[in-house]
Amino acid sequence: MTTYNLTYKPFGKYAILIEWPSKIDENILKDVINFKNKISKNNIKVLVDVINTYNSLTVLYNFTIKNIYSEILVLKAIYEASSVENSIKKYCWNIPVCYDQKFGIDLVEISASKKINVDEIIQRHSGVIYSVYFIGFLPGFLYLGGLDESLNFARKGKPRLLVEKGSVGIGGPQTGIYPQNSAGGWNIIGKSPISFFNRSNKEPCFAKSGDKIRFVPVGLNEFEQIKSRVNSGSYKMERKLLDA
Amino acid sequence: MLKILSSGFYTTIQDLGRFGYGDIGVPVSGAMDLYSAKLGNHILGNNHVDAVLEITLSKFSCRFDKETIICISGADLSPKLNDNNIALNTAINIDKGTVLTFDTPVYGVRSYLAVKGGFQTQKILGSRSFFNGVTDQFLIKKNDIIPFEKFNSNLGRSFSAVKINVEHFNSKTITVYKGPEFGLLSKEQQEKLTNTEFAISKDNSRMGYRLEELIPNDFQSMLTSAVLPGTVQLTPSGELIVLMRDGQITGGYPRILQLTDTAINILAQKTTKNTFKFKVISI
Repeated sequence: MTTYNLTYKPFGKYAILIEWPSKIDENILKDVINFKNKISKNNIKVLVDVINTYNSLTVLYNFTIKNIYSEILVLKAIYEASSVENSIKKYCWNIPVCYDQKFGIDLVEISASKKINVDEIIQRHSGVIYSVYFIGFLPGFLYLGGLDESLNFARKGKPRLLVEKGSVGIGGPQTGIYPQNSAGGWNIIGKSPISFFNRSNKEPCFAKSGDKIRFVPVGLNEFEQIKSRVNSGSYKMERKLLDA
Repeated sequence: MLKILSSGFYTTIQDLGRFGYGDIGVPVSGAMDLYSAKLGNHILGNNHVDAVLEITLSKFSCRFDKETIICISGADLSPKLNDNNIALNTAINIDKGTVLTFDTPVYGVRSYLAVKGGFQTQKILGSRSFFNGVTDQFLIKKNDIIPFEKFNSNLGRSFSAVKINVEHFNSKTITVYKGPEFGLLSKEQQEKLTNTEFAISKDNSRMGYRLEELIPNDFQSMLTSAVLPGTVQLTPSGELIVLMRDGQITGGYPRILQLTDTAINILAQKTTKNTFKFKVISI
């Protein structure tokens, strides 16, 4: 496993920011998750949260950090310690998406601008497996890596005031699903009937960093069927266990 | 029960916030001015995690349908009980049927109403703080009923008030630490940042405060990373955004400053057109 030369910085009086090289990279993702797991296995009582992003961990303490350097030394020792057995299972999730133009309200514009026909856009979007890097922006919003470069399409100059829950969008080199109604500037190409944030579940968001996602195209009828099963709680997500 | 007669401009239930769910994108939330919210609970002898009402700027009114003791802290929005002026930062006995109204702001922006034992609204992911998408409700509306436990006080009518430091509301200094990307700023930009008197734009809310004056820059966008309440982001257009308690968990703009705890509380009592200067201190 690659180890990196990490930087440690104070982030206010309650947090330490740990940074990897600034790029979106599967090996960095693995190392970030690995370090995060080691920290949680160490069971440090004073930590309230550890937030991971593409190339960083932000470690939040429940007290003002008196001696930043000694806390950094503790974290460095944890990073250098040998890898812990990772018991967390990783999954690849099938996410049904209806790309009908009823929902994919920007498909025609992307198609015209990129000179790629709509079916081809759908195929390229649903034909790859995406990595879940982290969750942020809104509760249950997944930051995904792996969008086909030909589908890179700039955000709207003026964000829409309302993007509906479940909308699947493209924002520059990124793609994602809006987990709730929200303002948003991404180009909308479809809609998923799945809920990405269920506060009453033990794990409110089913996906986690290191999981994979596949978009599975469904028609309007199937969309409605799945949606009613999701609403009644009888829909079971399709998933496949990934090798560790 | 508390019956809401008039919802006011922006009223929510808040406690200390929701911790430990940042990695699924859930913001911390919690009272904007934690100092004042905690003070109210403290005066009533409540637990520091008890939920209070955060009332923003005015025209809020409610009726108590049970006996209790209350304390109003934070902004002075001219509170009245059955049309009689009442003091802030002191415990006050409430009889069944009493009507509380807030009117003209005298100082500050956010007022806190604490009741003995705290408001008993639903607790989601460890907190009662309202947040859209997490709690059923994210704003208090007219005719809402907010539960609390009856408390029969035999303490009589005279309580002394806690004297508060007026600097909490009048201070024009927002104390900050250098943020993780402070080093991107040139000497001129750093000077501009500390010499400029910044005005709060009308785009200010529990999520964040945008400021009027700009710090022109040509910084490259960075990979999305974690942000905290009190993080000051610098956008490509030169605009500064101070993230507040409901701010999102991640952001993609350079984090040039980080407000101290006290500074977040002080800023929470300011609004559109109020001005201040940043004062950078070392960690």
